[in-house]
Amino acid sequence: MLDFPRWKVILIWALALVCALSALPTVAGMAGLRWPAGLPEPKVNLGLDLAGGSHILLEADPTQVRTQRIEAMEESVRNKLRMMAQPVRISDISNNNGSLNFLVDDPTKIDAVREAVLPLTNGAGLTGKRDWTINVVDGNRFVLAPTQEGIDQAVTQAMDTAVEVVRKRIDALGTKEPTIIRSGANRIVVQVPGLQDPQALKNLLGQTAKLEFKLVDQSASPADVAQGIAPPGDEIVPYAEGKGGVAPKIAVKRLGGIRGDQLTNAQLSNNPQTNAATVTITFNSDGGARFAKLTSANVGKPFAIILDGKVLSSPVINEAILGGSAVISGNFTVDSASQLAISLRSGALPVDLKVVEERTVGPDLGADSIRKGMIAMGVGTLALAVFILVTYGRFGVYACAALVLNMFMILGIMGVVGTTLTLPGIAGFVLTIGAAVDANVLIYERIREERHRGRRVVQAVEMGYKEASHAIFDANITNIIAATLMFAFGSGPVKGFAVVLIIGIATSVFTAVVMTRMWVSQWLRRARPADLNL
Amino acid sequence: MKLLKLVPDHTNIHFLKWRVPFYVISMLLVAASWGLVLTRGLNLGVDFIGGQMIRVTFERSAEAPVGVLRDEVTRLGYGEPEIQRFGKPNEISIRMKLPAGAEHDSTLSDKMARTITTAVKQAHADARIDGVDSVSGKVSKELGWDAFRALGLAALFVAGYIWLRFEWQFGIGALLSLVHDVSLTLGMFALTQLEFDLNIVAALLTLIGYSLNDTIVVYDRIRENLKKYRKMPIPELLDLSVNETLARTIVTSLSMLITLVALLLLGPQVIFGFTAAITLGIFVGTYSSIYMAAPILIWLKVSSKSFVPGDASGDVPAAKRA
Repeated sequence: MLDFPRWKVILIWALALVCALSALPTVAGMAGLRWPAGLPEPKVNLGLDLAGGSHILLEADPTQVRTQRIEAMEESVRNKLRMMAQPVRISDISNNNGSLNFLVDDPTKIDAVREAVLPLTNGAGLTGKRDWTINVVDGNRFVLAPTQEGIDQAVTQAMDTAVEVVRKRIDALGTKEPTIIRSGANRIVVQVPGLQDPQALKNLLGQTAKLEFKLVDQSASPADVAQGIAPPGDEIVPYAEGKGGVAPKIAVKRLGGIRGDQLTNAQLSNNPQTNAATVTITFNSDGGARFAKLTSANVGKPFAIILDGKVLSSPVINEAILGGSAVISGNFTVDSASQLAISLRSGALPVDLKVVEERTVGPDLGADSIRKGMIAMGVGTLALAVFILVTYGRFGVYACAALVLNMFMILGIMGVVGTTLTLPGIAGFVLTIGAAVDANVLIYERIREERHRGRRVVQAVEMGYKEASHAIFDANITNIIAATLMFAFGSGPVKGFAVVLIIGIATSVFTAVVMTRMWVSQWLRRARPADLNL
Repeated sequence: MKLLKLVPDHTNIHFLKWRVPFYVISMLLVAASWGLVLTRGLNLGVDFIGGQMIRVTFERSAEAPVGVLRDEVTRLGYGEPEIQRFGKPNEISIRMKLPAGAEHDSTLSDKMARTITTAVKQAHADARIDGVDSVSGKVSKELGWDAFRALGLAALFVAGYIWLRFEWQFGIGALLSLVHDVSLTLGMFALTQLEFDLNIVAALLTLIGYSLNDTIVVYDRIRENLKKYRKMPIPELLDLSVNETLARTIVTSLSMLITLVALLLLGPQVIFGFTAAITLGIFVGTYSSIYMAAPILIWLKVSSKSFVPGDASGDVPAAKRA
């Protein structure tokens, strides 16, 4: 038990030193020293509550994905049936209760339609289900309903794209080291250290940037449009900015427009005559061709430029635009125009994102917390060391040495694992120091007891370590259980706290039990004491 | 060198003689805590009720002008703010309900934060905005549910672990003393109206881990003595076990308290409530491991048969030490 072969001693020291040395970059950083370039630099990152910065939780609405899928399916079905060798006429097409409904006018064509529509559905990932169900009710009414599996898959894909778009947009702002991660099925966490005013960021992320060009239906009756009644085949879209607080509305053709997502560039520009801010977009070849086709077929008619469901402007097409680029005018400021340019360049978000949680911490508060945390840790550790030294003498020295080693090991491992130190994490650190002593106290008290029972020195030490280990083991397991649940259910700073606790529990068992046992046994062998001052 | 001995060797204090009155007192305290929680309520932070919290420090004032501030913010038309101090007298938080419609349009809550911070900064040149938290009602409900689930699961898992390692009576004892410790801590929050936020839940979870340490040490010794002294009456055996581990209990609790008090007095104000919760919990946990966790074993009729292999009782497999 007290016999430590050389290889074991080396192994223990090697493990301890590697962990402890990994803490040096962090310690150097706290002391304000520069870490030499070229050396590996595992460093503990400071959480937002210490470094200051913004945390934003964005949420997408899955019902929006459902609606989008139904709209896309409607277009696919229409196209497919129109392109058939013998086109099938359908009518009464509608989005009802989250499914696509339409009537096939000629009941003898039911099977042909079913065959045509079936290839439009796909398998939903690895679930073994399809992403749509096709039913025929009342003889000739088709009901196409997206399945839950299909929706889930679409949401996942949309969120993956959204994360990429969010990343591009934040990079365009030039912010440093943002963290962007998926959270749950339909959320994205964005953390930007050091960002004090998240307003620009939120504006940028709140903009879906879905750009559409649609023809204005000039035949619609203005009275109906004002009341929001859309003529068949039309939809009513409001203007982005209204005069006198009421946004005027306009009727546009639902189909036949083009989407502004096939772009190669979007840039801030200005109108030479009015000096107003505008955005110049450049289409890719496919988008350019479509745009040319749309404009050349409709010279002299107005078309609406629609951004996220709001009309920016509705200019008249004076001539066919064949050059592949277009200027978007609207009621822009320079800021909002450059923001739109960034959004268009990074692509449209596949879904709208809504801020559901937001936390911003100023930099002074965090700096103050770190300073006070350090002072508290220093004073606490010092007072504890004195207490342990007067209580256990030589053994107290071992316990204190283990304690200091433990602190370095925790910092080192945190740096290597790449965890962030949060405000509660500092508390966790201090707490771990207090609790790490417990293992030593248990062992030393047991050794005292065994001595009182008349055991000889070596035997008493051996029994002390052995008997105390049951309680140490059980106690630390329960702590790990609690900390693991904290990690699983906690958010942000609380997670950081849990990580510190878990690392601290592991290292404290190592230093307080393994290290001190090695030191004590080496001393016993060297000094061969007849009695223990304990 | 003469070493410090807080607890003399061979103490023989009859702790368990007072088990009934102490149990009654403990139960009354738990009941009082829950009474307080239910009547006064916890001062729940925006984490759990949703809304907006703006932290402001008045850098050149000894004390924050709370009354003036309340009028100023109320005048902005978002309703009456809840203003409370945290930490020093010149540090305050302004809590607001989110404006109507903010659940659907988050720009509304942005606008409110903007209006309030601008107004405060204009009226007070030394006001420093230290942070803005906006939590929607939906997220706050989830956070609350997650916290509740984590606490419940932690208590059950830990008690389950004790049951596996010891005996079912010990598991129940551990669970009871946990309920006792957490209840009293909640009672403290209801009494002092310190803000109850996500960090406090982390503190409670930590408490579940650490307050059990004492219980486990005492239980471990009881288990050992049950095997050693088969004929000893249980109350006497429990007293012996508590006395044998008394020195360790005192020294460890003191060690924890030394570091925690340093953190409480010198540490960051923002986590005062967090540290206070853990400090109280450690204190209460030490008491409960002696007066809640141990006596319950008498009433649940633990005997040395529970741990001696080869005996005719049905508990043989559990007696195996892992």
